[in-house]
Parts: sequence; C-alpha cells; structure tokens
Amino acid sequence: MSYHWNWSVFLQPAPSGDATYLDWMLSGLQVTVALSLAAWAMALILGALIGVLRTVPGKSIGRGAAAYVEVFRNIPLLAQLFIWYFVLPEILPGGTEFKQLNPMAQQFVAAMVCLGFFTSARVAEQVRAGIESLPRGQRAAALALGLTTPQTYRYVLLPMAFRIIVPPLTSEFLNIFKNSCVCSTIGLLELTAQGRQLVDYTAQPYESFIAVTLLYMAINAVVMLLMRELEKRARVPGHIGSR
Amino acid sequence: MYEYDWSSIPGALPFLAHGMRVSLEITAVAIVVGIVWGTMLAVLRLSSVKPLAWLAAGYVNLFRSVPLVMVLLWFFLIVPQFLQDLFNLGRATDTRLVSAMVGFALFEAAYYSEIIRAGIHSVGQGQIAAAHALGMTRGQALRLVVLPQAFRNMVPLLLTQAIILFQDTSLVYVSALADFFGAAYKVGERDGRIVELLLFAGAVYFVLCYAASRLVRRLQRRAAA
Repeated sequence: MSYHWNWSVFLQPAPSGDATYLDWMLSGLQVTVALSLAAWAMALILGALIGVLRTVPGKSIGRGAAAYVEVFRNIPLLAQLFIWYFVLPEILPGGTEFKQLNPMAQQFVAAMVCLGFFTSARVAEQVRAGIESLPRGQRAAALALGLTTPQTYRYVLLPMAFRIIVPPLTSEFLNIFKNSCVCSTIGLLELTAQGRQLVDYTAQPYESFIAVTLLYMAINAVVMLLMRELEKRARVPGHIGSR
Repeated sequence: MYEYDWSSIPGALPFLAHGMRVSLEITAVAIVVGIVWGTMLAVLRLSSVKPLAWLAAGYVNLFRSVPLVMVLLWFFLIVPQFLQDLFNLGRATDTRLVSAMVGFALFEAAYYSEIIRAGIHSVGQGQIAAAHALGMTRGQALRLVVLPQAFRNMVPLLLTQAIILFQDTSLVYVSALADFFGAAYKVGERDGRIVELLLFAGAVYFVLCYAASRLVRRLQRRAAA
C-alpha cells in the first residue's frame, strides 16, 4: 500500500480566506456542538411537556400525546429532516420568509427543529416511564393533601421523576450529538461535512476521517463524564435505580 | 398555496419497490449478522480471559461512540479503496451495497451485543450454579441454559432494535445508493415533485414501522401474560 501520510495537512491554509484546514474542523465542531445543545434544550422542554400529558387523567389528551410520540418515532430521522427542510417551507404559510433567510441560517434552523422534535419524542417516553415508576400512593397522597393536579406534578411527581430518569436521558443526550451528523445531508457545515470537504480539497482521506472520528469520540467522552457527575448528584437514595 | 401533484408516484412504483427491496435486504443482513456477531461479543465480554473481554468491550464502545453516518462513510469511501489497493482489484466494481451491509452489520452488532449482555444478566445466578452443579461446563451452561432463556427475554428488544435499524437504512443516502428513501428522493428530483415524494416516503415508513411496533407490543403483552 502506497498511501502518503501527511498529518501536517491540517496546518496548511485552506482555499478560503486565511483559515487553515484545522480552522475548518474546529468551526465544524462548533456547529455540531451548538446545534446539539440547542436541539437538546428544545427536546427537554417539549419532551417534558408531552411526557406529562401522556400521564394526566383524561383519555383524549393522552391519546394526542401518544400520537405525537408515534409520529416522531416511526419516521426515519433523515426523512424527517428532509421534510422539515424541503417540504414544510413549501406548504406552510411563512415558508417564503423562511426561504429568504441566508442558507446557513435555514439549514441550522431546520436541523435544530428536526433534531429537537425527533429527540423530544424519546425524552417524552422517558419522562412518562419515570412518572409511571413512582408509587401510585404519591399522586394519591398529594391530591388528598389538597394539591391541584398541576401542583401535584410540580411539587411531588416531577422532582422525583426527573431524578430517576437522568441515566436514560444521558444516552439520549449522547444520541443527539451522533444524530446531528445526519444534518450534513442538507448542506449544513458541521463536523462530518467539514471532514468530507477536507477530503475533497486535500485528497488526504485517512487523516481527515480519523480526525473527525476522534472528535466525535471526544465529544462522547466529555458528555459521558459530565453526565456521570450529574447522575451521582441526582441519585435518589434507597431507590431501585441507584446503587 | 402549494398545488399538489401526485401523478408521478404511480409510474415510479416499480422503482420504489426495488428501492424497498434494497432497504429490506440491508436490514435482513444486518439483523442476522448483527445478532450472531453481537452474541459472540456479549459472550466474549463475559469471558474470564481478560484481554478478550477488553477487546470486545473496546469494539462495542468504539462503535457506540461514533455516529452511524460516519461509520457508513468509512465503509463507502475509505474501506473499499483500501481493499482495492491491497488486493489490486479493478476500480469498476460497485461495492456500495456490500459496503452498506458490512457497515450496518458491524455497527448494529455493537448495539445488539449490549441488548444480549443485558439479557444474559437477566438470567438468575442460580441457573448457572444449578447448571454447574449438574456437571455442565461453562460453555454448556451458556449454550443450553443461559442463552435460550436470555433470548426469550430479549425478543421484544431485539425486534424494536430491528425497527430502528430499518429506519436507519435510509442513511445509505450518503452513498447515493437507491434504497427506498433514496429512490423516492431521486424520483422527486427528476420530476420536480420533491414535496409529494418525500411526504409519500415518510408516510410509507410510518405505516410500516408503526404496524411493526404494534405487533411487537402485542407479542410482549402475550409473553407477559
């Protein structure tokens, strides 16, 4: 095999402006992290809401929330992304305004909304599981004390449920970083896309791919360490899930 | 207001059906190879030979920390070239389908092995002790006592993973291989009807995956009863 290894390729100036290829990689990393964090915030808020709605008394609300979860869980992420990016701006009011944004903003917003909704369905399932894992007596006791249903959730059920579901949420949080690389398909210049661009410009595929792969592993490791710390603090003493 | 025109779908059905076959083929190969290789990895991780256990754990953690798209790109762009250079094969051979199958199988094996490892742990310690007391070797206990029960406990999870895998096959789009999603996108692009074709593709995926997940749930309820 006669491959010419050249790790210094990252320090060479890239064709655009005075950036090096390393700067390209770092800007891709930034986009990946910013996109994932923004989508995660969205997923947590929406997911908590939908998860709560799945457990409140009253059949029709629960059914609506269940339909929401099924839609986002049973369509591939790539198809959802393309629908957000190519289809909805055509058929929804306000689509023309969206298409007048600069392309980078369009891609970022579509990617964020897509990942946010996609992940929110999974978060909702975890929130529901967390609430349902609480003993029934907790809800009954709260209501017997005279708390209203919103108060029951706010003061009794959710504080416990969120502490219980931190470990499964960790894996969803890791997934959102991994899923974000699907967004390179709509032209968003995140980490994977920058890696591919580097291959096209430098013809050094191994260096580029190894660097991108290592950066994803690094993100994974950092998130895992941070979440492990959070898991330690959130652990409920005496609960089954805690060791 | 957007004016829908669904007329390009009926004529494209044979092409779309062929795409669906590609999707299902990749799914099937990845499930079979993934479960076999995943079982081996799970057993290796529990092995008393430490280096083997570490290797298996390293493999699983490597594949679980890298995005699927990245794995597929490795298998589409880098590995075929590497093999061609190594064995002096012709450049013309189209290895994308095989690459996709290998990439998915190796990737999914890591996820399957985690499910299977949990399944093995779900079998009570007493079962293994009893098997040993009956004079079985470790291998026999695993093969005849632990794994059959573990697999029964795992069936719903394995099937759910298969549904996720089927959805993930759409990511072969990055290699321009015409699976069902890729075929739908190509037809939409050709006829300028991307909106209709993408909605159609999304609906087909939804119907298939929702039906499959309902079946899994029913199976689960019956197993529990």
